[in-house]
Amino acid sequence: MASIETCETSAIRIPPLRVGSFSLQSRLIVGTGKYRDPEQMVVAIEASGADVVTVAVRRERLVDAQGRSLLEALPLDRLTILPNTAGCFTAEDAVRVARLGRDVLEQLGNAGARWVKLEVLGDKATLMPDPVGTLQACAELTKDGFEVLCYSSDDAMLARRLRDAGATSVMPAGSPIGSGRGVANPEAIAVLLQVLKDPTQGGQSDFPVIVDAGVGVPSDVTLAMELGADGVLLNTGIAHATDPHRMAHAMKLACAAGYWGARSGRIPRKLLGSASSPWSGSFVHIPGE
Amino acid sequence: MKVVLNGEVRVVQSSGTVQELLHEVGRDTVPCAVEVNCNLVPKKQHGVHQLHEGDRIEVVTLVGGG
Repeated sequence: MASIETCETSAIRIPPLRVGSFSLQSRLIVGTGKYRDPEQMVVAIEASGADVVTVAVRRERLVDAQGRSLLEALPLDRLTILPNTAGCFTAEDAVRVARLGRDVLEQLGNAGARWVKLEVLGDKATLMPDPVGTLQACAELTKDGFEVLCYSSDDAMLARRLRDAGATSVMPAGSPIGSGRGVANPEAIAVLLQVLKDPTQGGQSDFPVIVDAGVGVPSDVTLAMELGADGVLLNTGIAHATDPHRMAHAMKLACAAGYWGARSGRIPRKLLGSASSPWSGSFVHIPGE
Repeated sequence: MKVVLNGEVRVVQSSGTVQELLHEVGRDTVPCAVEVNCNLVPKKQHGVHQLHEGDRIEVVTLVGGG
Protein backbone atom coordinates (compact mmCIF):
# COMPACT_ATOMS: atom_id res chain seq x y z
CA MET A 1 0.00 0.00 0.00
CA ALA A 2 1.48 3.31 -1.08
CA SER A 3 1.78 6.01 1.51
CA ILE A 4 -0.40 9.10 1.19
CA GLU A 5 2.65 11.08 0.27
CA THR A 6 3.52 8.68 -2.57
CA CYS A 7 -0.06 8.75 -3.80
CA GLU A 8 -0.02 12.53 -3.91
CA THR A 9 3.26 12.59 -5.76
CA SER A 10 2.18 10.00 -8.31
CA ALA A 11 -1.21 11.66 -8.74
CA ILE A 12 0.32 14.89 -9.96
CA ARG A 13 2.75 13.12 -12.26
CA ILE A 14 0.94 13.10 -15.57
CA PRO A 15 2.22 11.56 -18.80
CA PRO A 16 3.80 14.12 -21.16
CA LEU A 17 1.66 15.83 -23.78
CA ARG A 18 2.75 15.67 -27.39
CA VAL A 19 2.16 18.93 -29.28
CA GLY A 20 3.69 18.69 -32.74
CA SER A 21 7.41 18.07 -32.26
CA PHE A 22 7.26 19.14 -28.59
CA SER A 23 6.81 17.00 -25.52
CA LEU A 24 5.29 18.92 -22.59
CA GLN A 25 5.91 17.61 -19.08
CA SER A 26 3.15 19.83 -17.71
CA ARG A 27 -0.35 20.17 -19.13
CA LEU A 28 -0.51 23.65 -17.73
CA ILE A 29 1.00 26.38 -19.89
CA VAL A 30 1.34 29.71 -18.14
CA GLY A 31 1.79 33.27 -19.32
CA THR A 32 4.48 35.69 -18.18
CA GLY A 33 2.41 38.88 -18.30
CA LYS A 34 0.90 41.08 -15.58
CA TYR A 35 3.12 40.04 -12.66
CA ARG A 36 4.10 42.62 -10.05
CA ASP A 37 7.77 41.94 -10.68
CA PRO A 38 10.02 39.29 -12.28
CA GLU A 39 10.70 37.59 -8.94
CA GLN A 40 6.99 36.99 -8.33
CA MET A 41 6.66 35.63 -11.86
CA VAL A 42 9.54 33.17 -11.53
CA VAL A 43 8.22 31.78 -8.23
CA ALA A 44 4.72 31.35 -9.68
CA ILE A 45 5.96 29.61 -12.83
CA GLU A 46 7.96 27.22 -10.67
CA ALA A 47 4.92 26.45 -8.47
CA SER A 48 2.71 25.89 -11.53
CA GLY A 49 5.04 23.15 -12.72
CA ALA A 50 4.82 24.54 -16.26
CA ASP A 51 7.70 23.84 -18.62
CA VAL A 52 6.23 26.00 -21.37
CA VAL A 53 5.59 29.72 -20.90
CA THR A 54 4.13 32.24 -23.30
CA VAL A 55 5.73 35.59 -24.12
CA ALA A 56 4.79 38.57 -26.30
CA VAL A 57 6.77 40.47 -28.93
CA ARG A 58 7.04 44.22 -28.34
CA ARG A 59 9.19 47.20 -29.22
CA GLU A 60 12.47 47.56 -27.40
CA ARG A 61 12.39 50.58 -25.13
CA LEU A 62 15.33 52.44 -26.63
CA VAL A 63 15.11 55.53 -24.45
CA ASP A 64 13.85 54.67 -20.98
CA ALA A 65 14.94 51.05 -20.66
CA GLN A 66 15.22 50.11 -17.00
CA GLY A 67 14.92 47.11 -14.73
CA ARG A 68 15.49 43.46 -15.50
CA SER A 69 14.33 42.26 -18.87
CA LEU A 70 12.05 39.24 -19.12
CA LEU A 71 14.81 37.28 -20.81
CA GLU A 72 17.18 37.91 -17.91
CA ALA A 73 14.57 36.79 -15.36
CA LEU A 74 13.36 33.56 -16.98
CA PRO A 75 15.30 30.31 -16.44
CA LEU A 76 15.60 29.73 -20.19
CA ASP A 77 17.53 26.48 -19.76
CA ARG A 78 14.49 24.86 -18.12
CA LEU A 79 11.66 26.47 -20.07
CA THR A 80 10.41 26.28 -23.63
CA ILE A 81 9.19 29.66 -24.76
CA LEU A 82 5.93 29.88 -26.67
CA PRO A 83 5.89 33.27 -28.41
CA ASN A 84 2.47 34.74 -29.11
CA THR A 85 1.06 37.21 -31.60
CA ALA A 86 -1.06 38.88 -28.93
CA GLY A 87 -2.48 42.24 -29.86
CA CYS A 88 -2.59 41.54 -33.60
CA PHE A 89 -5.83 42.33 -35.43
CA THR A 90 -4.90 41.19 -38.94
CA ALA A 91 -3.40 38.01 -40.38
CA GLU A 92 -0.59 40.07 -41.95
CA ASP A 93 0.46 41.60 -38.63
CA ALA A 94 0.29 38.21 -36.89
CA VAL A 95 2.63 36.73 -39.50
CA ARG A 96 5.07 39.65 -39.04
CA VAL A 97 5.06 39.28 -35.28
CA ALA A 98 5.49 35.50 -35.46
CA ARG A 99 8.56 35.88 -37.67
CA LEU A 100 10.08 38.48 -35.34
CA GLY A 101 9.51 36.25 -32.31
CA ARG A 102 11.11 33.32 -34.09
CA ASP A 103 14.18 35.39 -34.90
CA VAL A 104 14.69 36.34 -31.24
CA LEU A 105 14.23 32.73 -30.07
CA GLU A 106 16.69 31.47 -32.69
CA GLN A 107 19.25 33.90 -31.26
CA LEU A 108 18.57 32.47 -27.80
CA GLY A 109 18.85 28.90 -29.05
CA ASN A 110 15.43 28.15 -27.53
CA ALA A 111 13.34 25.35 -29.06
CA GLY A 112 10.36 27.71 -28.97
CA ALA A 113 11.60 29.17 -32.28
CA ARG A 114 9.74 26.32 -34.01
CA TRP A 115 6.24 27.23 -32.81
CA VAL A 116 3.90 30.13 -32.21
CA LYS A 117 0.71 30.81 -30.32
CA LEU A 118 -1.36 32.50 -32.99
CA GLU A 119 -3.74 35.23 -31.86
CA VAL A 120 -5.65 37.34 -34.36
CA LEU A 121 -8.16 39.36 -32.39
CA GLY A 122 -11.39 40.98 -33.51
CA ASP A 123 -11.28 44.03 -31.26
CA LYS A 124 -9.69 45.40 -28.14
CA ALA A 125 -12.81 45.33 -25.96
CA THR A 126 -13.83 41.68 -26.27
CA LEU A 127 -10.41 40.28 -27.26
CA MET A 128 -12.42 37.63 -29.10
CA PRO A 129 -10.50 35.86 -31.85
CA ASP A 130 -11.20 36.93 -35.42
CA PRO A 131 -12.00 33.59 -37.10
CA VAL A 132 -11.22 34.60 -40.69
CA GLY A 133 -7.92 36.31 -39.85
CA THR A 134 -6.90 33.40 -37.62
CA LEU A 135 -7.57 30.90 -40.40
CA GLN A 136 -5.59 32.95 -42.96
CA ALA A 137 -2.63 33.43 -40.64
CA CYS A 138 -2.67 29.75 -39.62
CA ALA A 139 -2.31 28.67 -43.26
CA GLU A 140 0.40 31.26 -43.95
CA LEU A 141 2.48 30.42 -40.87
CA THR A 142 2.16 26.68 -41.46
CA LYS A 143 3.49 27.23 -44.99
CA ASP A 144 6.38 29.18 -43.45
CA GLY A 145 7.36 26.18 -41.32
CA PHE A 146 5.82 27.17 -37.99
CA GLU A 147 4.04 24.75 -35.72
CA VAL A 148 0.93 26.83 -35.12
CA LEU A 149 -1.09 26.69 -31.91
CA CYS A 150 -4.28 28.57 -32.76
CA TYR A 151 -6.12 30.62 -30.19
CA SER A 152 -9.70 30.25 -31.32
CA SER A 153 -13.33 30.58 -30.34
CA ASP A 154 -15.05 27.43 -29.08
CA ASP A 155 -16.69 26.82 -32.46
CA ALA A 156 -16.17 23.21 -33.55
CA MET A 157 -16.42 23.92 -37.28
CA LEU A 158 -13.80 26.68 -37.11
CA ALA A 159 -11.59 24.35 -35.07
CA ARG A 160 -11.89 21.74 -37.82
CA ARG A 161 -10.98 24.35 -40.46
CA LEU A 162 -7.93 25.40 -38.45
CA ARG A 163 -6.78 21.81 -38.12
CA ASP A 164 -7.27 21.29 -41.85
CA ALA A 165 -5.26 24.47 -42.51
CA GLY A 166 -2.33 22.84 -40.71
CA ALA A 167 -2.75 23.87 -37.07
CA THR A 168 -0.62 21.82 -34.69
CA SER A 169 -3.09 22.50 -31.89
CA VAL A 170 -6.38 24.33 -31.52
CA MET A 171 -6.79 26.39 -28.37
CA PRO A 172 -10.43 27.30 -27.78
CA ALA A 173 -11.15 30.15 -25.38
CA GLY A 174 -13.00 29.17 -22.22
CA SER A 175 -14.18 32.80 -22.00
CA PRO A 176 -12.63 36.16 -22.97
CA ILE A 177 -8.96 36.72 -22.14
CA GLY A 178 -8.47 37.95 -18.59
CA SER A 179 -12.21 37.72 -17.79
CA GLY A 180 -11.94 35.07 -15.09
CA ARG A 181 -15.27 33.65 -16.22
CA GLY A 182 -13.87 30.14 -16.65
CA VAL A 183 -15.34 27.73 -19.18
CA ALA A 184 -18.45 29.70 -20.14
CA ASN A 185 -19.84 27.09 -22.53
CA PRO A 186 -18.72 23.60 -21.55
CA GLU A 187 -21.00 21.96 -24.12
CA ALA A 188 -19.35 23.88 -26.96
CA ILE A 189 -15.91 22.75 -25.79
CA ALA A 190 -17.22 19.16 -25.50
CA VAL A 191 -18.55 19.28 -29.07
CA LEU A 192 -15.25 20.75 -30.32
CA LEU A 193 -13.31 17.98 -28.57
CA GLN A 194 -15.53 15.31 -30.07
CA VAL A 195 -15.18 16.75 -33.59
CA LEU A 196 -11.40 16.99 -33.36
CA LYS A 197 -10.70 13.80 -31.44
CA ASP A 198 -13.34 11.21 -32.33
CA PRO A 199 -12.19 9.05 -35.26
CA THR A 200 -15.81 8.50 -36.31
CA GLN A 201 -16.06 12.27 -36.77
CA GLY A 202 -12.85 12.41 -38.78
CA GLY A 203 -10.85 13.33 -35.69
CA GLN A 204 -7.71 11.96 -34.09
CA SER A 205 -7.59 11.19 -30.38
CA ASP A 206 -4.06 12.57 -30.07
CA PHE A 207 -4.77 15.91 -31.76
CA PRO A 208 -3.93 18.35 -28.96
CA VAL A 209 -6.67 20.69 -27.77
CA ILE A 210 -5.67 23.22 -25.13
CA VAL A 211 -8.26 25.43 -23.45
CA ASP A 212 -6.84 28.93 -23.47
CA ALA A 213 -8.09 32.03 -21.69
CA GLY A 214 -10.71 32.96 -19.13
CA VAL A 215 -9.48 30.83 -16.23
CA GLY A 216 -10.21 32.44 -12.87
CA VAL A 217 -10.09 29.62 -10.34
CA PRO A 218 -8.61 26.11 -10.15
CA SER A 219 -12.01 24.48 -10.75
CA ASP A 220 -12.06 26.12 -14.20
CA VAL A 221 -8.88 24.20 -15.03
CA THR A 222 -10.34 20.99 -13.62
CA LEU A 223 -13.54 21.37 -15.64
CA ALA A 224 -11.60 21.95 -18.87
CA MET A 225 -9.52 18.85 -18.22
CA GLU A 226 -12.58 16.78 -17.21
CA LEU A 227 -14.19 17.71 -20.51
CA GLY A 228 -11.21 16.04 -22.19
CA ALA A 229 -8.93 18.95 -23.04
CA ASP A 230 -5.25 17.98 -23.23
CA GLY A 231 -4.10 21.05 -21.38
CA VAL A 232 -4.94 24.54 -20.19
CA LEU A 233 -3.20 27.85 -20.85
CA LEU A 234 -3.67 30.69 -18.40
CA ASN A 235 -2.01 33.88 -17.26
CA THR A 236 -4.16 36.42 -15.43
CA GLY A 237 -5.79 33.86 -13.12
CA ILE A 238 -2.38 33.33 -11.53
CA ALA A 239 -0.62 36.65 -12.13
CA HIS A 240 -3.42 38.80 -10.69
CA ALA A 241 -4.37 36.50 -7.82
CA THR A 242 -3.64 38.02 -4.42
CA ASP A 243 -1.12 35.21 -3.87
CA PRO A 244 0.16 34.10 -7.29
CA HIS A 245 2.54 31.54 -5.78
CA ARG A 246 -0.21 29.68 -3.93
CA MET A 247 -2.68 30.04 -6.82
CA ALA A 248 -0.13 28.60 -9.26
CA HIS A 249 0.25 25.56 -7.02
CA ALA A 250 -3.54 25.18 -6.78
CA MET A 251 -3.83 25.38 -10.57
CA LYS A 252 -1.28 22.58 -10.92
CA LEU A 253 -3.25 20.33 -8.54
CA ALA A 254 -6.51 21.23 -10.32
CA CYS A 255 -5.00 20.23 -13.66
CA ALA A 256 -3.99 16.84 -12.25
CA ALA A 257 -7.44 16.36 -10.69
CA GLY A 258 -9.16 17.01 -14.01
CA TYR A 259 -6.71 14.88 -15.97
CA TRP A 260 -7.23 11.82 -13.78
CA GLY A 261 -10.95 12.47 -13.35
CA ALA A 262 -11.42 12.46 -17.13
CA ARG A 263 -9.73 9.07 -17.33
CA SER A 264 -11.48 7.37 -14.43
CA GLY A 265 -14.93 6.81 -15.92
CA ARG A 266 -17.37 9.11 -14.18
CA ILE A 267 -20.73 7.78 -13.05
CA PRO A 268 -23.73 8.55 -15.23
CA ARG A 269 -25.77 11.58 -14.25
CA LYS A 270 -29.18 10.64 -12.85
CA LEU A 271 -32.14 12.77 -12.00
CA LEU A 272 -32.92 10.90 -8.81
CA GLY A 273 -30.82 9.45 -6.01
CA SER A 274 -29.11 6.10 -5.58
CA ALA A 275 -28.37 5.07 -1.99
CA SER A 276 -24.76 4.36 -1.00
CA SER A 277 -25.82 2.32 2.05
CA PRO A 278 -27.66 -0.99 1.56
CA TRP A 279 -31.44 -1.24 1.89
CA SER A 280 -31.15 -4.88 2.92
CA GLY A 281 -30.95 -5.17 6.68
CA SER A 282 -32.74 -1.86 7.17
CA PHE A 283 -35.13 -2.10 10.15
CA VAL A 284 -36.82 1.28 10.02
CA HIS A 285 -39.97 2.54 8.35
CA ILE A 286 -39.38 3.41 4.66
CA PRO A 287 -41.99 5.79 3.17
CA GLY A 288 -44.05 4.13 0.42
CA GLU A 289 -43.16 0.60 1.55
CA MET B 1 19.60 60.49 -43.08
CA LYS B 2 16.23 60.25 -41.41
CA VAL B 3 14.56 56.96 -40.55
CA VAL B 4 11.59 56.08 -38.35
CA LEU B 5 12.82 53.91 -35.51
CA ASN B 6 10.19 52.32 -33.28
CA GLY B 7 7.72 54.99 -34.31
CA GLU B 8 10.04 57.98 -33.80
CA VAL B 9 11.96 59.97 -36.39
CA ARG B 10 15.67 59.55 -35.89
CA VAL B 11 18.73 60.82 -37.71
CA VAL B 12 21.25 58.04 -38.34
CA GLN B 13 24.52 57.69 -40.21
CA SER B 14 23.99 57.61 -43.98
CA SER B 15 23.92 54.14 -45.62
CA GLY B 16 24.55 52.39 -42.34
CA THR B 17 23.62 48.77 -41.78
CA VAL B 18 21.09 47.36 -39.33
CA GLN B 19 24.01 46.16 -37.24
CA GLU B 20 25.47 49.68 -37.05
CA LEU B 21 22.09 51.10 -36.03
CA LEU B 22 21.74 48.49 -33.27
CA HIS B 23 25.22 49.42 -32.04
CA GLU B 24 24.26 53.10 -32.05
CA VAL B 25 21.20 52.44 -29.85
CA GLY B 26 23.01 49.98 -27.59
CA ARG B 27 21.10 46.87 -28.70
CA ASP B 28 23.80 45.01 -30.64
CA THR B 29 24.61 42.63 -27.79
CA VAL B 30 21.11 41.72 -26.60
CA PRO B 31 18.65 39.37 -28.32
CA CYS B 32 16.34 41.46 -30.47
CA ALA B 33 14.71 41.17 -33.88
CA VAL B 34 14.55 43.82 -36.57
CA GLU B 35 12.00 44.62 -39.21
CA VAL B 36 12.52 47.16 -41.99
CA ASN B 37 9.42 48.38 -43.82
CA CYS B 38 7.37 45.49 -42.40
CA ASN B 39 9.84 42.80 -43.51
CA LEU B 40 11.97 40.82 -41.10
CA VAL B 41 15.71 41.30 -41.46
CA PRO B 42 17.03 38.06 -39.97
CA LYS B 43 19.87 38.29 -37.46
CA LYS B 44 22.43 36.90 -39.91
CA GLN B 45 21.70 39.75 -42.32
CA HIS B 46 22.01 42.55 -39.76
CA GLY B 47 25.60 43.18 -40.83
CA VAL B 48 24.85 43.51 -44.54
CA HIS B 49 21.35 45.00 -44.75
CA GLN B 50 21.75 48.67 -45.74
CA LEU B 51 19.29 51.20 -44.38
CA HIS B 52 17.81 53.89 -46.57
CA GLU B 53 16.27 57.33 -46.11
CA GLY B 54 12.73 57.03 -44.77
CA ASP B 55 13.00 53.37 -43.75
CA ARG B 56 10.55 52.37 -41.05
CA ILE B 57 12.44 50.22 -38.59
CA GLU B 58 11.12 48.16 -35.70
CA VAL B 59 13.49 46.78 -33.08
CA VAL B 60 11.63 44.28 -30.90
CA THR B 61 12.24 41.86 -28.07
CA LEU B 62 10.28 39.42 -25.93
CA VAL B 63 8.25 40.71 -23.00
CA GLY B 64 5.81 39.22 -20.51
CA GLY B 65 2.58 38.07 -22.13
CA GLY B 66 -0.13 35.46 -22.08
